[in-house]
Amino acid sequence: MEKTLSIKHLLGTKDLTLQDVELIFSQADEFKEVLSRPIKKVPSLRDITIANIFFENSTRTRLSFELAQKRLSADIVNFAAASSSVKKGETLVDTVNNILAMKVDMVVMRHASPGAAQFLSQHINAAIVNAGDGTHEHPTQALLDAYSIREKLGTVKGKKVAIVGDITHSRVALSNIHLLKTLGAEVMLCGPTTLIPKHIESLGVKVEHNLRNALEWCDVANMLRIQLERQDVDVRYFPSLREYSLQYGLDKQLLDSLSKKIVIMHPGPINRGVEITSDVADSDQSIILQQVENGVAIRMAVIYLLAQNIETRKGM
Amino acid sequence: MSQITLIDSKLMSLVITRLCHQLIENHDDFSETVIIGMQPRGILLAENVVDKLRAIQPKSNIRYGIIDPTFYRDDFRQSGKQLIARPTEIPFNLEGQRVVLIDDVLYTGRTVRAGLEGLMEYGRPKSVELMVLIDRRFSRQLPIEPTYIGKSIDSYDNQEVRVMWKKDGGEDKVILVSD
Repeated sequence: MEKTLSIKHLLGTKDLTLQDVELIFSQADEFKEVLSRPIKKVPSLRDITIANIFFENSTRTRLSFELAQKRLSADIVNFAAASSSVKKGETLVDTVNNILAMKVDMVVMRHASPGAAQFLSQHINAAIVNAGDGTHEHPTQALLDAYSIREKLGTVKGKKVAIVGDITHSRVALSNIHLLKTLGAEVMLCGPTTLIPKHIESLGVKVEHNLRNALEWCDVANMLRIQLERQDVDVRYFPSLREYSLQYGLDKQLLDSLSKKIVIMHPGPINRGVEITSDVADSDQSIILQQVENGVAIRMAVIYLLAQNIETRKGM
Repeated sequence: MSQITLIDSKLMSLVITRLCHQLIENHDDFSETVIIGMQPRGILLAENVVDKLRAIQPKSNIRYGIIDPTFYRDDFRQSGKQLIARPTEIPFNLEGQRVVLIDDVLYTGRTVRAGLEGLMEYGRPKSVELMVLIDRRFSRQLPIEPTYIGKSIDSYDNQEVRVMWKKDGGEDKVILVSD
């Protein structure tokens, strides 16, 4: 059986088949080994140039992508919207086409508009990796989350995962739902009614508004951040952060009172004391730092596999 | 399609025993030597060699690792098929060690070149030797030659050497297939 990715771009986890995910995970296993070596680098992508285009702020994702690319020996160019011609009124396609004219093979893009990566993939001749498009998808985050669950619990299939917090404004939540369903996990969303999209049950997930019930049900709890920057300023989704924290924040007392030991995840950045307290984030049940570590291996795997589908430039 | 048996199971046992004794002659008690099998098929020969060495010299500590050359190949994006990496396990430092690299068939030499590059990431070995079961002479595209050879053969490019092992469910043998 020939193993290849079914996709040319990674726009969202919705497009991934089970075979794709298994292939990405198997390669991530090998890249984790590479990352444990004295020389944490392989020469595979010597002839590939990647542009990291970030129209939105990011620390962890951008660093993680950059490290992944460097450890694959790719050449990289970085572009932050704040310091660019976007401010002068240039369109997205023009901006990216200008970068591509400098012979770039792959684009990693984060953008505030949902569907930006999809749009770009239809207009640009390069492999696109979506590093987050508004409230839509953040596929590599979901992949590293699922990979971390697999690493911690042995498998994702049949596990119960609760995603807690601001589901409406979270791209991490949507990507996680699609991927976890593909991998055969059960998913429950938990948060105040105002922060859970209507009809989300149609994706095959459970909805629960009581945090304790959700935690008692699950094997893994993914605690999302409240995305204040994405919330409409005129709309109050909850009375105050303090009240949200009292209802949906996870502290050590609640964690210890559960009937079993659950795994705690967080996509970062953490608002300590809001969605989880410090002692939970730093407890032995938390795999938050492993998630960050696995992020580099997962992104190496995604880039490595996608790069192989890029046509070689003839005559060069 | 025709096929010729190059090595049958009886000869295979003799060949592996001979290769082991050649190793012992050069490496004594293996205190400074490590054996590295090449993924994917070279590790099957390497495991057989290591098992036999341990049987012959039970007091020696034979260190064994495996390496996957995929990330170092020179045909990335050129072969038209996806290059899928397999596990690499080298749980020791190669700095100053004498390495015996083992693969089943030596053909163009390109896989061995990739494997050598991968090895160097684990430290600077004192020396590297190459052991192969089948040496397809006169087919080399790079200046790479084996130190220990099971059997040398002359073959055409349209022929294929298949190495089969008991561990795969068949018997130990090597055949040359022509189409």
